[in-house]
Amino acid sequence: MSYKPRQHKVLWFLRVIKSLLINQYALMMEYRAEIALWALSGILPLIMLGLWSQTNIQDLIELQGFNLKRYFLSAFVVRQFTVVWVIFSFEEDIVQGRLSPFLLQPVPLFWRYYTSHIAEQITRVPIVALMIMILSVVLPNSFWLPKFTELILTTFVIFLAFTVRFMIHWAFAMSCFWVERASSIERLLLIPYLFFSGLVAPIDTFPKEISQIAYLTPYPYLLSFPANLLSGHHVNIQLNIMILIFWALFLFLISTLAWKKGVKHFTAMGA
Amino acid sequence: MKSKFNKYINISMVLLRFWQTSLAIELEYQLNMLIELVSVLGNLFGSLFILSLFYKSGPLLGGWNFFEALIVLGIYMILEGITTSILAPNLSRIVNHVKNGTLDYVLLKPIDSQLWLSLRIISPWGLPSQLIGILLIIYSLVSIQVDLSLFNILIFFTCLFASSLILYSLWFLLASTSIWFVKVWNATEVLRSILVAGRYPMSAYPRGLRTIFTFLIPIAFLTTVPAEVIIGRVSNEYIAIILIIAAIFFAISRRFWKFALLHYTSASS
Repeated sequence: MSYKPRQHKVLWFLRVIKSLLINQYALMMEYRAEIALWALSGILPLIMLGLWSQTNIQDLIELQGFNLKRYFLSAFVVRQFTVVWVIFSFEEDIVQGRLSPFLLQPVPLFWRYYTSHIAEQITRVPIVALMIMILSVVLPNSFWLPKFTELILTTFVIFLAFTVRFMIHWAFAMSCFWVERASSIERLLLIPYLFFSGLVAPIDTFPKEISQIAYLTPYPYLLSFPANLLSGHHVNIQLNIMILIFWALFLFLISTLAWKKGVKHFTAMGA
Repeated sequence: MKSKFNKYINISMVLLRFWQTSLAIELEYQLNMLIELVSVLGNLFGSLFILSLFYKSGPLLGGWNFFEALIVLGIYMILEGITTSILAPNLSRIVNHVKNGTLDYVLLKPIDSQLWLSLRIISPWGLPSQLIGILLIIYSLVSIQVDLSLFNILIFFTCLFASSLILYSLWFLLASTSIWFVKVWNATEVLRSILVAGRYPMSAYPRGLRTIFTFLIPIAFLTTVPAEVIIGRVSNEYIAIILIIAAIFFAISRRFWKFALLHYTSASS
């Protein structure tokens, strides 16, 4: 028997990812009702839409073609597909002692969580579609049909944004190796996300100095950029995608280093 | 009469013990206090920033000036602190009790089950939010020159008590549905995410949302109406309305728990 071992390894890896995805998807389907509730709990952009619609926000935004309803509806959709709970899962796995058997598996643990998040998003698609249908009845005249190519591009950008947000949380999840209750860190991570991502207010309404600070963090690229893209608001697509990729690689590097250190430090619960 | 009085003394002693032990457990994690403080301050500055954005487009938000809106935010923060201290740590456990069948033991205890499930634990991590909320309210009241007489302070705490009772009843109603659905923890997350609307005065919302937040989910009575009473935008009789609504909600939660228990079949039986 002769084969190219290198290619074989890649194929093997793809097969593993595929089966992990199928496996996690089946698991997530079991929790459809819960996922629907999670999806319902992402209504913040709609509440904010209600508030902003009563103000003269259009005076604050200089850019042409900004549509408030479209922006917050897009933000709602982007938020639905960039939800991350990896710190919570990882902490639970460590505290409950499940990490040790996971470490013995030949697949890096990262992929287990990453695929489980993606599987959850796939389960979310019909739920979000239903919510959008209901919203189109409640908020008539505010819907638009993006072009097919735009839709594909947006899907890719949302996926990229999700990956970066996942990497941020994964990097911080590594602190579970050193401290118990790392999930409190998740509370802290939520704050810059809330205020710098454009979830509660479009970043264009910020004073210049503050929006400059915001753009130094990855957060505006996680929500504001995809939401603007989806709502048809003019954005620099190439530049924003490059920045997202930069953050993904940077965080991947950091979390890999932390993971190596953490595993060495890890002594297994109850051992 | 005397026996009833003794009963209350007993219950308070028991609660005191419960709280001592739960505080002792929580204080193992002292770093949490720092994280909680940073998180509350971060949320405060973020909220102030967003509020300032709203006021950039006009001097009023739904007819409220900046300091009046701050009072609403302050009440919201106090309620958030109460959620962290009491509601979340206690009511999140009902689900587990139902799932693991340990609710049986709770029901067998010689103490009211709703009381035990609701007040067994107290967590210190809600304190920063409560303190900062109170400071925010005092600051705003001084800024809009409402005199801080003893009477006003009494009114304030009465309102706060009533709105906490409404909040508690909402949480407890949802948590007790776990008797049927077991996994309803996410439902309280949904409630929490809707309650966020209470950060801003109700009149700042469009009519449709305002109706939902007043009649369907009584968010208006959690933050806006108490703020209106304190500022003096409405007459003091409104306190009676909040108290009546609170009493109704509490009675419903109590009834509903009794009703839910009729359907409790215990795990693995």
